[in-house]
Amino acid sequence: MPTVRFTRNIQRHVECPTEEVVGTTLAMALESYFGSHGPARGYVLDDCGRLRHHMAAFIDGRQIEDRTGLSDPVGADAVIDIVQALSGG
Amino acid sequence: MSSRCHVSTRKGLFTLERGAEGWRIVRTSFLGDNVTLTANDERDGSLYAAINHGHFGVKLHRSRDGGATWQPIATPVYPPKPEGYVPKTPVEGTPADWSLKLVWALAPGGTDEPGALWCGTLPGGLFRSEDHGESWTLNRSLWDDPRREQWFGGGADHPGIHSILVDPRDSAHVKVGVSCGGVWTTRDRGATWAPTATGMRAEFMPPERQFEPNVQDPHRVAQCRQAPDVLWAQHHNGIFLSEDGADSWREITGVEPSTFGFAVAVHPHDPKTAWFVPAVKDEVRYPAGGQVVVTRTRDGGRTFDVLREGLPQQHAYDLVYRHALDVDGTGDGLAFGSTTGSVWLSDDGGDSWQRISAQLPPVYAVTFER
Repeated sequence: MPTVRFTRNIQRHVECPTEEVVGTTLAMALESYFGSHGPARGYVLDDCGRLRHHMAAFIDGRQIEDRTGLSDPVGADAVIDIVQALSGG
Repeated sequence: MSSRCHVSTRKGLFTLERGAEGWRIVRTSFLGDNVTLTANDERDGSLYAAINHGHFGVKLHRSRDGGATWQPIATPVYPPKPEGYVPKTPVEGTPADWSLKLVWALAPGGTDEPGALWCGTLPGGLFRSEDHGESWTLNRSLWDDPRREQWFGGGADHPGIHSILVDPRDSAHVKVGVSCGGVWTTRDRGATWAPTATGMRAEFMPPERQFEPNVQDPHRVAQCRQAPDVLWAQHHNGIFLSEDGADSWREITGVEPSTFGFAVAVHPHDPKTAWFVPAVKDEVRYPAGGQVVVTRTRDGGRTFDVLREGLPQQHAYDLVYRHALDVDGTGDGLAFGSTTGSVWLSDDGGDSWQRISAQLPPVYAVTFER
């Protein structure tokens, strides 16, 4: 199963433990994660469902391409990292 | 007089209390976080704090114990854009994104509508909660008005609602101040809206458009609680006064050292008394001569006092943002904070000032607890 793990910085505001999820796209994987960690959603995605402007997502170390639709494919054993983009300061 | 004041800063919320030896900082909340605004709901004593986490977005918190503890509440969410929607491009800037950028105004509803709150945002959304902020609904009447799409940013990249004024006589009668979009009024709790900025002047526009209500940039609008038809505006172009409930505005000129600034406060009982914190106009934005002063009128703008006792008069470059000046419920207590981290309070209507700190983070808002 894919695994989602989060930057340590976000843990100061909302609990985001590393967890296994289900899904074959980033959108599906995150939806799976937010199903059990609802408060984290607004810290990662904006109110249009896009990856927040100064957040970044990697799948197996590869930066995602679709920040709006989150359609990047996720392999069965992929590791998804949600981190801060340094552009945000 | 109020004995507690909340100072929202770039690095946290600082609560001041008046003690036997004067005002002092008694509590810090959200230390390290960007607290952009704090509101006090005097109907039930609740406090609301808006935080902009940058990377992690805008959040709202509520305290029901005077700021000792805080709980997260809902954040306004914009609805999806309609299918096929093509936004109009405003006079300056880019079409508004249907996404929350900043909470810029928080105001309790009337005394007859407990739990009701209004929230103004960048990019120009007005939201209402009926349940103490547990949920929010975008006011579609204002948002869907095609004139709203013509609003544009003043300083920020997005237009924003920074002032929300609920008429104490009638909670359905609400005014909002918009940078840049003038002043808008509803008399039916937001079902319909009309622009009410006639008389305001926007020097930054071409001559033939300078008096259009929808291009005006009131930096802050304040309403006299006891005489709600009197409103004062610190506008990008100067000071404006309305004495007929915003049906018309007239410009107050000739005020030294400057009529430029962001903040305004009006006396809660005396509509002819208002305070401003001036700066050199708009290209440079620092106190004239490096001297921090407060200007005060007590005669409806005919004359102004320049108040400087207790304020730095040499090489001081403090700018005071629009929410960073407040007056308490008596009209004697005043507070303001600056971009360089100073906070001053006055117990005598501004005649003299006491500096509480000179090294706080940049101050975005000061809020007396009433």
